[in-house]
Amino acid sequence: MSTNLRIALRFLTARKRSMLMSLAGIIFGVGFFIVTQAQTSGFEQFFIRTILGTNGAIRIEDKIQDTIFAMAAAGHDAGASKFEVRVDRSARKYIEGVEDPALLAEALRKFRNVAGVSTVVEGSVIADSSFKNDSAKVYGINLDDHLVVSDLAAQVQRGSGSLEDFRSTPQGVLLGKVLADRLQLVVGDSFTLQAGTEQRRYRVSAIYSTGVSDIDKVRIYLHLGEARSLLKKTAGASFIQVALFDRDRAPQDAVQMEEVLRHSTKSWQEREESWLQAFKALQISAALTVSTIILISGLGMFNTLAMIVIEKTKEIAILRSMGYTRRDISRIFIWLGAIVLVIGTIGGWGLGAGVTYGVSKMPIRIRGIFSADSFQVSWNIWHYVVATVTAAVVVMTAAVIPARRAARLEPGDIIRGTSQ
Amino acid sequence: MSAPIQAGAKVALRCEGLHRYLGQGEGRVHVLRGVSFEARSGQVTAIVGPSGCGKSTTLYLLGLLDQPDGGSIWIRDQLMSNSSDLDRTAARCEHIGFVFQFHFLMQEFSALDNVMMPMRKLGRLTEEAMVARAQSLLKDVGLGEKGHRLATQLSGGEQQRVAVARALANQPAIILADEPTGNLDVKNSGLVFDLLTRLAKENGQAVVLVTHNPDIANRCDEIRPMRDGEFVK
Ligand SMILES: Nc1ncnc2c1ncn2[C@@H]1O[C@H](COP(=O)(O)OP(=O)(O)O)[C@@H](O)[C@H]1O
Ligand SMILES: [Mg+2]
Repeated sequence: MSTNLRIALRFLTARKRSMLMSLAGIIFGVGFFIVTQAQTSGFEQFFIRTILGTNGAIRIEDKIQDTIFAMAAAGHDAGASKFEVRVDRSARKYIEGVEDPALLAEALRKFRNVAGVSTVVEGSVIADSSFKNDSAKVYGINLDDHLVVSDLAAQVQRGSGSLEDFRSTPQGVLLGKVLADRLQLVVGDSFTLQAGTEQRRYRVSAIYSTGVSDIDKVRIYLHLGEARSLLKKTAGASFIQVALFDRDRAPQDAVQMEEVLRHSTKSWQEREESWLQAFKALQISAALTVSTIILISGLGMFNTLAMIVIEKTKEIAILRSMGYTRRDISRIFIWLGAIVLVIGTIGGWGLGAGVTYGVSKMPIRIRGIFSADSFQVSWNIWHYVVATVTAAVVVMTAAVIPARRAARLEPGDIIRGTSQ
Repeated sequence: MSAPIQAGAKVALRCEGLHRYLGQGEGRVHVLRGVSFEARSGQVTAIVGPSGCGKSTTLYLLGLLDQPDGGSIWIRDQLMSNSSDLDRTAARCEHIGFVFQFHFLMQEFSALDNVMMPMRKLGRLTEEAMVARAQSLLKDVGLGEKGHRLATQLSGGEQQRVAVARALANQPAIILADEPTGNLDVKNSGLVFDLLTRLAKENGQAVVLVTHNPDIANRCDEIRPMRDGEFVK
């Protein structure tokens, strides 16, 4: 062990109480930093999982109406046109829907990152049970395609009934839980859907629950062919939902798909931008708020070290008289900071991990943009790293100033002051 | 014991025409007014004089703890008075051992640790060798059994003996003691002084000590009386 460290360890106890206070502050600061980050990003991850499980990673809808400008852009090489596509996006004209979904689906499957493609025909209907009627949205899907681009299987499990019944029943539907409750329908019940003049009878094969009430209260899944007949959309599609292997590449893929397919293409990041930004803002504000705990402990640390310097001036003078250099003296105080930092951050990690675990087991009922039955947390090493770096910067800054002051002390002045 | 100055003995420490002003502005005092002095290896020199005449100031300058406003200091023929802080610090570590009036031990450390402190800085010995040397020094000062006591658990006389052992730790060529017995009773004073002189003589070290005690001064090889910032003899 270095002599300076050895001396620092003894000095550590010189101001036991205020040292423990600063240490506790750092432990709490680092711990809470980790907990708040684990929670905010936990909920963000959960939100992302939910939206990917319902509306998919990428959605391809309205065809771009080719204008002279757009055609000129399309002629450019990839790099340049990518830029132009972004610039004139708002000025574009679209034709509603996808004209040739089969062709598009085939083209989409050629993208390396595409995991699945599902063609959807969408339309507004009135759902009528014997109890009451309600407006709803019909989603015509090919079940097996849609299972790949959503979490429908799990969502049905959370509701009731089974997908097998839907698969084998041409008149079967998958009904959102909220809507089913409103219409007082259970699995096996019949009800009618009306679109324009067309009215048909269907049977509830299963009730699903995504947890997103905006979806669960309106969306009714039908077999694609049924939806086409009901909505009188014999060709085309409303949109194509795409699943990706690497969800983080969605924005780049979307831009490329839009280029190639000439259809408006939106990644989940673009679609949910406002929510994702809200999560980011929350995460950053939580980090800043909790960092003040670390900052205040840093001030406490500064204060404690400054007091130790004053208390130990005599010792500093002795050390200097024995040949300890200014650098040795400043290292002793840097060590003091480092010891507190190390104990504080390790303690903080423990506290953070412990509370994060505890919170993840805490029951809480959340229904809204997503639903959860317990606190959502995400375990991410970066939360620990950022907390540690923040604490390190604060504590070491707090240590450097007293350390430099201690190093500047003149041994002659001190000893003259104490013995005449 | 007041033997004549041994002519052949090597000069370990020498200063010439030292001037030192202390205080600021109105309170600025010309404390040292041309102090010249030398200390030889294996000899004990006493600096005596009334309180406030500049004895401690001289000793701190000789020990390179302070810098003179004029004049020169040589440590073993090396001019040190105007060298860098780092060089002076290194010279303190290697060549100079201090005993202060108020024993000045590191309170949180054991007697053994205190004695090892200069050795650790010098770093010439292994940990085992340092422990062994510190133990033998403590035995020399009669504290062989109390090495593991904290400084606070020792009496004043014991603490001053630990300070003597610490001053001898790196076998410095020069030992400077500022009223090392000033705070001790007669019995302890004699004990500490005997220790200092005996060990120094055995090792051929130059000892300079400031004292008010005429008995002790008379037992030194040489006495240099001081008045108003100058040696008068
Ligand atoms: N910081 C200071 N400012 C002004 N005068 C000082 C200061 N420190 C010491 N002195 C003066 O210097 C003189 C010498 O002090 P010192 O060397 O400690 O005397 P001694 O050790 O001989 O008793 C004294 O008169 C003292 O008052
Ligand atoms: Mg004095």
